[in-house]
Amino acid sequence: MSGDTLLEVDDLRVTFPTRTGLVQAVRGVSFSLGRERLGIVGESGSGKSQTGRAIMGLTPPQAEVSARKLAFDGIDLLSISPRERRALRGNRIAMILQDPKYSLDPVMTIGRQIVETLRTHEKVSKAEARERALAMLQAVQIRDPARVFDLYPHEVSGGMGQRAMIAMMLITGPELMIADEPTSALDVTVQLDVLKILDKLVAERGMGLIFISHDLRLVSSFCDRVVVMYAGKVVEQIEASELRDAQHPYTRGLLNCMPRIGFERHPLPVLDRKPEWAA
Amino acid sequence: MSAETIQSRREWLLSDRPASRLQARLGRAYVAWRRFSANRLALVGMLIIIALVAVAALADVLAPYSATVGDLKNARLLAPSAAHWFGTDDLGRDIYSRIVYGARWTLYVVILVAIIAAPIGLLVGTVAGYAGGWTDTILMRITDIFLAFPKLVLALAFVAALGPGIENAVLAIAITSWPPYARIARAETLTVRNSDYIKAVQLMGASPFRIVLRHIMPLCISSLIIRVTLDMAGIILTAAGLGFLGLGAQPPLPEWGAMIASGRRFILDQWWVAAAPGAAILIVSLGFNLLGDGLRDALDPRSGDQ
Amino acid sequence: MTAAIAIQGLEVVFDRFRALKGVSLEVREGESYGLVGESGSGKSTLLRAIAGLAPVASGTITVNGKTLGKTRDKPFYRDVQMVFQDPYGSLHPRQTVDRLLQEPLAIHGIADGEKRIERALDEVGLGKGFRFRYAHQLSGGQRQRVAIARALILEPSILLLDEPTSALDASVQAEVLNLLEEVRRRRKLTFLMVSHDLAIITHMCERLMVMQNGEAVETLTASQLIGHRVSEDYTRNLLRASEGFVRA
Repeated sequence: MSGDTLLEVDDLRVTFPTRTGLVQAVRGVSFSLGRERLGIVGESGSGKSQTGRAIMGLTPPQAEVSARKLAFDGIDLLSISPRERRALRGNRIAMILQDPKYSLDPVMTIGRQIVETLRTHEKVSKAEARERALAMLQAVQIRDPARVFDLYPHEVSGGMGQRAMIAMMLITGPELMIADEPTSALDVTVQLDVLKILDKLVAERGMGLIFISHDLRLVSSFCDRVVVMYAGKVVEQIEASELRDAQHPYTRGLLNCMPRIGFERHPLPVLDRKPEWAA
Repeated sequence: MSAETIQSRREWLLSDRPASRLQARLGRAYVAWRRFSANRLALVGMLIIIALVAVAALADVLAPYSATVGDLKNARLLAPSAAHWFGTDDLGRDIYSRIVYGARWTLYVVILVAIIAAPIGLLVGTVAGYAGGWTDTILMRITDIFLAFPKLVLALAFVAALGPGIENAVLAIAITSWPPYARIARAETLTVRNSDYIKAVQLMGASPFRIVLRHIMPLCISSLIIRVTLDMAGIILTAAGLGFLGLGAQPPLPEWGAMIASGRRFILDQWWVAAAPGAAILIVSLGFNLLGDGLRDALDPRSGDQ
Repeated sequence: MTAAIAIQGLEVVFDRFRALKGVSLEVREGESYGLVGESGSGKSTLLRAIAGLAPVASGTITVNGKTLGKTRDKPFYRDVQMVFQDPYGSLHPRQTVDRLLQEPLAIHGIADGEKRIERALDEVGLGKGFRFRYAHQLSGGQRQRVAIARALILEPSILLLDEPTSALDASVQAEVLNLLEEVRRRRKLTFLMVSHDLAIITHMCERLMVMQNGEAVETLTASQLIGHRVSEDYTRNLLRASEGFVRA
């Protein structure tokens, strides 16, 4: 295996039992990731989030995950013990979720959460952990890290919370970061600030990034490569720079159907969903 | 009915695109029933309650003896036998017959309390929750005053004031059991009053009365039904407790609590006199509790909007 | 041309928090007017103040020549209706589509209910098959169509749209935006539309107001915005942000 491949996903399937039978949320997804920015794009129900969660090991317990291969840095993620999986999670693989309100502990100060995260994965003194947490808050461009360190999550804005979340996730120096709609809950201007920070950190630290989003245009402007998902399957994998020449009608439809400033089209082109896309 | 017609009926009920109001409503009821019947214990509870209703309705047929007139000369305190399944009491009355007729009084108490207390609670709670401000404060402080006393003690006070008797016992229990329903209804109302669908109805120009009655109350009813069902056991026990203390049903009414009270004098030598009505209360209370648990699974508004 | 909606110095205060700080605007009859801003800009509050859902501290709101008081009367709601942002929250969970659409007719005592309901469902592209479904049997886009049908059934002249597509997938968003444009053309409606997305507002509206922190930043026509002929830095920032991520 070449050292460049960080993550390999081959024929990943996630199946949920429901009242009416088994539902496959992810149906045979395959891709590989180096130290690059990969975007996973799809609409609701496309299985993009479940793909991210399956890699992270956060699939709900009633669901079943199977794959021909799901390997991170040569480690088979499906055969290792839950303890080893936990050790990997947060240490070498990290995840950012959409809304920091739900992923930060509301009764612990932001600083303490970052320090605790660091100390569960590394043996460092309290003073050193604090030093590094402050440095990390600085790195996500929080202007007054010492003040934010002692604030509770509800005392900061959405953009600030998301930055704190990123700081917490990056403090252990993960090699793979999965970001599930990291900026969708944020205002557009804040969104760009957060993306800039993420972009810089990923580049500086040589991480692999999986950026999951519904926004094809945003993903294509941010990522190197884009995986387009529809109904649990990958319909197209394409270099972000070549998105204009996308082959699949779904990808093209997604690109076209959004209104754009300066490109007047009335009515907007709509997607004509073909059953064979899901087949 | 062949398997095919059953299958097609089920499909009709579970259809995602009902074609009429009736089909939509039946489909929703069927989904609730499927969730309910998946719980075996809930079915047992329902069977117990159905049996209670059947016994009450058919008491004249089921009871071999009179419930109030006994055979004082020959049949005092007889042990259970083929002639008297549960034995006889100190006045020579057949205990089995008295329990069968007692089912009527149990149902009478339970139903009357439910139809008096639940609507009061629903009304107070939804109005307080929707109106807010002073209305809310006043209504909820009144509720708090009622909640501050233990239920049985308050009921005792009311019965003492109103005079003993089963009607007054019912009234006293109803007066003491609405406050929790008001609390539940208010809590439910608070969670929905700021939702967009209530805003949307306001934007149609609906009056507050209409909004509370037609849009908020239906949302509170399922949690209220669950709570009332679970409370039934408590109501039966309170009624029995009042009967036991001599403040509820008066002799010779075959009310189960009063029966235990009269059997307590012989509890060591003629245990069946108190044990039979005690067992009846136990089983019916259990039935209501199981039924309530099942309804919670079937009607819970939070477990999907089905 | 008369003003469908005219607002003068509108202030809205929630528990001492000034959500709107003296905003004025005028929407002409038959016009589609957009309000753009980020969260906390007061754009939704403005919409809700017109509908009577937000506490107005001072200022006047005039709709179709009538100045509104503290409460709204029934005729007002026949003129002004609203579509909410979240299609999952704006339909009553225990009512069928039929019941939802019947309610406004019952409140206003309108007789030809059957016909109106069928027409409304046809108009939003749902058809009769959806009439007896519950909200949970509908997708997000279908729910929003039902919400639009409900708003249209009283035949209002003004529609208030509060981010009507922000909770929808991009492809469904296109369908709903097309539908809104179509009903506006057919019924000659006046739109007042709120969005955080400049592209949607320029697509849907002829004029727009950029808002920030409860105040108006500037008023523009869609073509001014498209041509980047804006005078405020804040608007320029928004425009740049809406073009997506650019690597430095």
